[in-house]
This record gives sequence, C-alpha cells and structure tokens, in this order.
Amino acid sequence: MELSVFQDYGPMLLRGFGVTIFCWLAGTVLGMLLGLLVALAQRYGPRPLRWLLQVYIEVIRGTPFLVQLFVLYYGGPLIGLRLDALPAGLLGLTVYGSPYFAEIFRSGFNAVPIGQIEAARAIGMAEPSIVRRILLPLGLVSALPALVNFSIILTKETVILSIITVPELMYQVQRMSTETFRYLEANLVLALFFWGLVETISRAGRRLETRITRHLIERV
Amino acid sequence: MFSTQTFFDSFGPLFWAARYTLLVSGLGIALGLVIGALVCAAALSRVRALRRFAALWVSFLRGVPLLVQLLLMYYLLPVIGINVPAIAAAVITVGICASAYISEIWRGAIGALPPGQSEAAAAIGMAPRDIWTRIVLPQAVVMSLPALVNELILLVKASSLVSVVGILEVTRASQAQAATTFRPLEVYLAAACIYLLINLCLAGLGRYLEHRMAV
Repeated sequence: MELSVFQDYGPMLLRGFGVTIFCWLAGTVLGMLLGLLVALAQRYGPRPLRWLLQVYIEVIRGTPFLVQLFVLYYGGPLIGLRLDALPAGLLGLTVYGSPYFAEIFRSGFNAVPIGQIEAARAIGMAEPSIVRRILLPLGLVSALPALVNFSIILTKETVILSIITVPELMYQVQRMSTETFRYLEANLVLALFFWGLVETISRAGRRLETRITRHLIERV
Repeated sequence: MFSTQTFFDSFGPLFWAARYTLLVSGLGIALGLVIGALVCAAALSRVRALRRFAALWVSFLRGVPLLVQLLLMYYLLPVIGINVPAIAAAVITVGICASAYISEIWRGAIGALPPGQSEAAAAIGMAPRDIWTRIVLPQAVVMSLPALVNELILLVKASSLVSVVGILEVTRASQAQAATTFRPLEVYLAAACIYLLINLCLAGLGRYLEHRMAV
C-alpha cells in the first residue's frame, strides 16, 4: 500500500470531488424538475402527449445510462448537438433520472386521498390551485422516502460520467492511477470514499424524512 | 444525416455480442441468488456477529458504485494471486453486487409473510427446519419473483459497465462498431434498441408473474 500519492494528487482529487458533487446536485434537481413536469403532464395532458411520455419513460428506463450517454455525447454532434463533456453529462443525468422521478411523483400523487381533491373541487377551488395547494404538498410528502432513495442512487451513477471524460472524481482517480500505477489503492480508497458518502447522505435523508413527516406520526 | 443503412447493419454484430450481456446478467443473478440467500440467512440469524456482517455487506455493496467495484475486483484479484479471465471477474462482481440487493428483497419478502403462517406450523408441531423449507421459503420465493425480475432488468443495464474491463458485450461491441463506421449515433441507438428489447421482454415476464401471483 502506497498512500502518499494521494497527497501529491490532492488538489486534483478535490477538484474532481467538487465536480462529482456538482453533477449530483444539479442532476438531481434538474431531473426532479423534469420528472415533476412529466408526471403532471401525464396526469393533466392530452392523451397523445400521455402516450408519448409513456414511451419516453419506457425507453429511458429500459436502456443503460452508459448507452444513453454515448448516444448523447458521441451521437449528438451528428444531428448538430455539440456539447462538452460536462454539459453533456449533466443533460444525460437529468434525462436519465427524470422518468424514475416521474414515476415516484405519480405514485405520490396517487397516494393523495381522492376525497381531498373532491373536497377542494366542491368548495370551488380552481384546478391549478388544487395542484399547488393540495396535490403537490400532500403528494410530495408521501413521495419523499422514494425521492431520497433515488437521489442516493444517482450519487453512484455520477461515476459513469467518467467514461465520457467528465472530470469528476472517478475520472481524476483513473488519471492518477494510470500515472502512478497504483490501481488497487486508488480504487480501494475510492470505494471507501463512496461508501462513506452514500452512508452520510442516506443518514441525512432519513433525518429529513422524519422531520418532514413529523406531523404524520401519532402522539402516544 | 441519419443513415438507416448503418443503423440496421449494426444489429447483426450487436445481437451476436448480446449473448455476453445475457451471460453476465444471467450468471450474475444466479450467483446473486445464491450469495443473497446466504446473506439473508445471516441477516436473520440469531448470532449477532452474523447480523453485523450481513449489514456491513449490504451497506458496502449498495454504497459503492458498481463501476468502482468492477475496477476494484479487476485489480484486486491478481494482487491476491487469483488469475481469472476478465469475464469471470465481471460475473463475480456483478453477482456479489446483486447479492446485496437480492438479500434485501428476500428479507422484505420473509418479513411480509403473515406471522400466523409460521405460528400455525409451529402449533401443529412442525420442526423449525420444516417450517423454513416448507412454509416460509416457498412463499417468500414466490412473493419475491416480480422484484427479482426487476433486479434482473437492472442487471442487464448494469452489464453495460463491464465493457470497461474489456468484455465484448453489446456496449463494447457498439463502441468498436462506432469506431469503424464513424456513425456513433446510429450504432448507439441500435444498441439502445437491443437493450430495450431485452428489457421489454423481461418486463413482460415480470408482469405475467405478478398477474399469476395475484390470484
């Protein structure tokens, strides 16, 4: 074991870590927004749009993320979509996550008791404000555990961006190990690092869940 | 311009490479089922150390990206003196990774069984081992089938990552194809179609199983 290489490559690895976190946060937020739009369009949109979105969901969920990235990054320029690695990676992560988020939102919306929505209609609330005041707040709370869970899964998907040369942590570690020939140590430390990261995030996620769903717990 | 010619021509070699995709995900899930059963047994055992070990196993394998696990295994095996072909390393890694998810699926299925079932079996005097092999496990396995099909779909997609260690499955083959034809868009779209085809078939199987079990 030779761990001193990590010192020499410290700044580079730190930069990579920053890019990883950035990709994860931006990809999760954008993917959630796109997923929310898809879920709402599937609920309220016209029938052809709903079919189209269903196909979109099936195609994205049925193909590997890596292949999607290849289509986008290497295939994109052929139809005039010329992106750098980082924007391509972010777009890929957003598109990849959106159908999963859409399905999570859909089941969250379905969990809203129909009586709540009927009651809102009965007192004459307009459909947009029903969405904003009834469907979204209630649906989001019941979708929260699944949202947290999928966001954690996305943390791990960011390493795949290294294959299309997004300079995130995995990419920097690969570069370091080809320059120092320390493949095993580098990957071992990377594994431990991700383990810690994912554990930390899931712990934080659980705390967030208990905080937000506090009002649902019955007082004994 | 989109060349339909290249698009359709790529299907031949990619279908040929799909057998490795199926091999890695098929053997991966088989290995995952075996190790997953052991890990699940450890998680439910009365021995504290075994439970600890199972928790650690699941948390590590679910916390580390598969790509990192693959490279780790790829570089680790030769160092500890095991020289196996890359394909074996890939299958082992995919199987070990799947075992963590599968053990959780089974733990969930066993937990979802009504306790009355094993209580009733105990009441009529069945031995603990018989309760497991005749009452708990058969029902848990049947109940977990849809979730296992789902896991298999995830594995088919995850198998694209083993292209990184040089196994000529669909993704690797399409990389080679893209490099020789200079038409990455068509080739990668063809690869996407193949994955979609495999997964739609599996999803259909899952729905069929779910339907049959709902009786």
